[in-house]
Order: sequence, then C-alpha cells, then structure tokens
Amino acid sequence: MADKIAVAVDDLTVAYNYKPVLWDIDLSIPEGVLMAIVGPNGAGKSTLIKSILGIIDPIAGSVQIYDKPYHKQRHLVAYVPQKGSVDWDFPTTALDVVMMGTYGALGWIKRPGNKQKKQSLEALEKVGMLPFKNRQINQLSGGQQQRVFLARALVQNASIYFMDEPFQGVDATTEIAIINILKELRKAGKTVIVVHHDLQTVPEYFDWVTFLNVKHIATGPVKDIFNDDNLTKTYGINYKVAVQQ
Amino acid sequence: MMDITSFFTDYTLRTITLGTAVLGAICGMLGSFAVLRKQSLLGDAISHAALPGIALAFLFTGLKDSNVLLLGALVSGFIGTVWIRGIVTKTHLKTDTALGLILSLFFGFGELVLSYLKKQPDANQAGLDKYLFGQAATLVESDVNLMIIVTGISLVIMLLFWKEFKLLLFDKNYALTLGFNTRIIDGLISFFIVLAIVIGLQTVGVVLMSAMLLAPAAAARQWTNSLGVMVLLAAVFGAVAGVVGTGISASYNNLSTGPVIVLVASVFVGFSFVFSPSRGLLFKQIRLVRNRRDLHLKKTLQFMYSIVEKHDDISRPHAIRILNQFQGYSKGTLRQLEEKNWIEIKGDTWSLTTSGFHTAQNLYNNNVPQS
Repeated sequence: MADKIAVAVDDLTVAYNYKPVLWDIDLSIPEGVLMAIVGPNGAGKSTLIKSILGIIDPIAGSVQIYDKPYHKQRHLVAYVPQKGSVDWDFPTTALDVVMMGTYGALGWIKRPGNKQKKQSLEALEKVGMLPFKNRQINQLSGGQQQRVFLARALVQNASIYFMDEPFQGVDATTEIAIINILKELRKAGKTVIVVHHDLQTVPEYFDWVTFLNVKHIATGPVKDIFNDDNLTKTYGINYKVAVQQ
Repeated sequence: MMDITSFFTDYTLRTITLGTAVLGAICGMLGSFAVLRKQSLLGDAISHAALPGIALAFLFTGLKDSNVLLLGALVSGFIGTVWIRGIVTKTHLKTDTALGLILSLFFGFGELVLSYLKKQPDANQAGLDKYLFGQAATLVESDVNLMIIVTGISLVIMLLFWKEFKLLLFDKNYALTLGFNTRIIDGLISFFIVLAIVIGLQTVGVVLMSAMLLAPAAAARQWTNSLGVMVLLAAVFGAVAGVVGTGISASYNNLSTGPVIVLVASVFVGFSFVFSPSRGLLFKQIRLVRNRRDLHLKKTLQFMYSIVEKHDDISRPHAIRILNQFQGYSKGTLRQLEEKNWIEIKGDTWSLTTSGFHTAQNLYNNNVPQS
C-alpha cells in the first residue's frame, strides 16, 4: 500500500448542542485506497465527512489533506453529498448540475464556457447519463440522480473523493455501475472514501474500512480488520442482525 | 370610470404605473430566490419588521421624506433578518417559529410607536399609516427613480453572481466545499430581498408586501424548469401585475392600488396552477385520465393475447362472449382496439392482427434495456 497519507484527522471532536457526535477521532487514510466508513445509525459517519470538508465546524481537532490544511487543498477534494440533501424539484437540468462541479476551479464571477461544458458531457458519459443531459432533474429516477451527483464530482477531477451513501436507494444495476467507477478511480491512483451501510458488500467493494461509532474503532485493510471483533465493538453483540439486513 | 387615453397622458398616473411596474419586476426577480431558498415567509417577516424602523425614523427626525423613512425601514428590516438567523442558529427553535416571533414582535412594536405618534399634538404624523397597506398615489418621480436604480443594481449583481446564486440555492454544502463563501452569497441575496421589500413599502405596504414577492415567483415556477426563465418570467408577471393593478385601481376611483396589484398577481398564480402544461392541475388530470384509459385498453389486449397465445394460429377468431369473463372490456374498448388496428371484429368474433399480437407481446418489456 502507498506510504503517502492522503487524509489525516487529528483529535477531531464534534458536538451538536451538548451531545458529542464524534469523540476524539484520529484517523490516517493512505493514498490510493477505496475505503468504506461503516457504523450504526448516529455513529457520526456523515458528520465525519462533513467536518473533514469544513461543512461542520468541529469543537476541536484538525484535518490535513496531503500535509496541508484543507482550505489550501480544496482543489484536490471532491464531494458527493447524500442524494436527499437537495431539493430535486429545483428548476435545472442534469447537465447544469454536473457543470456545478466546474465552479470551484472557475472561482468567483467567471462563467463556465465550452471547455467546462465538454468536461461535464464527458463526465455524464462516464456514468452513462449522456442521453439524459437535458432532462429536468425532477424527472430522473433515484439512481439517475445519484449518477448525476457522481458525474458532478468526477468533473472536479480531484485526488480524493468523499461520498455520502452513494448506494442509498439505487437499484442493483446502478450500484454495480457506481462501484465500477469507484474502482476505476482507485486504479487511477485516487483515494475514495465512502460512507457505507451494507456490511455484506464491504469485502467485495472496498479494500480499506473504517469502523466508527462516535469514537474511532479501527481503520485498516479489509482483509486484516473486517472481523467479528471489530464488528462487535462497533455494532454491539447483535451485529450479525445488521449483516443479514 | 376614467378615460383610457388619460392613462397614457396623465403624468402622475404614468409615474405611478412605471413605479409599480418596476417594483413588480424587482419583486418577482428576487422573490424567485426567496421561493427557491424555501424562505417564502422571510419576506413577510422582514416587511413587518420594517414598520418600527419607519415609525422610529419619523420620531427621531420629524421628517416625512420617504427616503429617510425607508432608510429606517431598511435598518430595522435588516435587524429583524439578523435576529431571525440568530434565533435559528443559536437556539433549538425552528425557522417558522423564529419568523413568527420576529414578525409579531417588530410589528407590535411598530404599531406601538405609531399609536404614540398619533397622540402627539402637532398632527404632523398623519400619513404614516400608508406604510401599512401602501398608497401608490403618493409615489413621485424621485421615488420611482430610486426604484429604478435599486432594480438596476440588483440586476447587475444578479447577473454577476448568477453562477454562485444558483449553486447556493441548489446545494449550499457543496458550494461550501468548492470554496465559495456561502455567507457572503447568502447575505447578498438576503440584502437584496430586504431592499426590494423596503422600496415596495410605500406602494404595497407592510402587510401585503410578501405577496408581491411570492406570487409572481410561484406563478413563474409553474411554466418553466429553467432557473433563468423562471426569474425572467417572475419579473414579467410582477411588472404586468403592477401595470394592470394600477390601471384597475385608477379606473375605479379610490380603489387601493396595493391590494389590487396583489390580487392581480394572485390571479396569475391561480391561472398558472390550473393551466400550466407540465405542472398544472388541469393537464395533470387529463394525463391521468388518458393513462387510465390507455392502461384499460392494454389490459384488454393483454387478456386477448393470453387467449390467442394458446393457439398456433394467432389470427384465429374468438367469440366476443369469452371476454365477459374479463371485467375490463366494453364495446368502446373493442372499437378503440380495432381503430388501432390491433384486432379485427367480424360479427360476434374478434381476432388479433399481427401488429396487435406483437404489441401485446412487448407490452410490459419497455423498461428492460434491449441488450
């Protein structure tokens, strides 16, 4: 495995009101892994990603992306939020949403041009959504919406991808299509970090895994640490119920 | 009822009409952002929050110059907005509670100061009441010029930051990760909404102002799925509502302009809700009925297919009587199936055509990719 550390989280603590959601997280993610973050509901999986990305302000701790603070390294990072976090009735098209992925590199005021449009069309093609480029986003199925979000992140051409439950509410075909794209990203040397719910598919899809339940429990290669011991520590003694779901 | 030609020649009326048109346009434009930000009620809260600003500005300066009073409105409207945001972020209270609290608190305080002013002996305060329901007739050229300038500036800002506004409205967190300062964009949008409300107070008034903001945008949303077109349409609807409303109120003596404009805008909303081709209730209902009928037809065809499929010869006639076992069939459906050339009817028998057979065969395979 590569030696370079893509993401380093140090003593991260996050709380909503009084209740800690993440407690003293230390985490190092090496470059080039396809990693799942697993844990029960309310374990702080989404919160972890959001606080790494600066969407949520932590109470304490720091995050480094390739040894520098995140705000200096934004251009290296792409984000796929949960599908449900936006209003899909917003008046816009699939292509337009994907184009938003180019806004960061453009900066303030500058408008996207032909180059950005071409990049966006390529990204749509990669996720198999090119025929739907002019489709209103409220007329896309859940799986198609997820693909559009993925294409938007691909356009950012980042080194590290954070994805919040990209398999939520998609059918089997879309799930396979998405995981194939993620595996391609890894092959290209990118680091992909995915909040994941389905424990059964972890060994098949991912090569690294992080167990999280408010506290950090373990991080490492799936083949070494995806075992009863860590699953029990994360989900409690009844974790097998969770596996079978 | 007044002469229609004077509508175009009367200087005062022309000023008022221009004013309400410009006001309608800017409100429609910025109202679109308020609607898409799901902050429809924010406009209502802000406009009510502006009242104490007007009253206090008069109390302290003793001037009835509309620019001074509107400056007061701007300040208190902005304080109201900041407080609403503060309540939402610092406490457990939800946005609607915060809006309701600030709305009634500021409005109540404004009314209090107004009633205090009314008890003053100099009686100079008369006319402040117009800010409650608006009085377009008091618009003068300088007021209209102010509206035009504000509209111009907000148009430029909107075009300049179009990309940022769209991104923020659709996906705020994502905008944040791309490195945009969402507080600045958010603040810009809020600032211009407050500005639009404040310049509308004299014409439409505190109470009805939010309708000016929301009605054109709600109507426009029905007709388009593009943000740009929606904003443009909302501006047009707002402007037309302003012109038509002013025209109606000028034609019938002493009809209050603000309420008439709001009613005209509401008519747009009602019409759009019913008659918009893609989102309107009427066409939705028509599509529903048509789909039901289509489904009915296909079910009958499917049933025929299940009979025919058991025989080698697909064009073999069968008695219509057989269909009695199947609830879906009627004389009408048979006729329609024949019109589509899916079946042939001879006497009291029917038979599937080749085309009908193939249609039935592929009826439910549409969603599976042919690979």
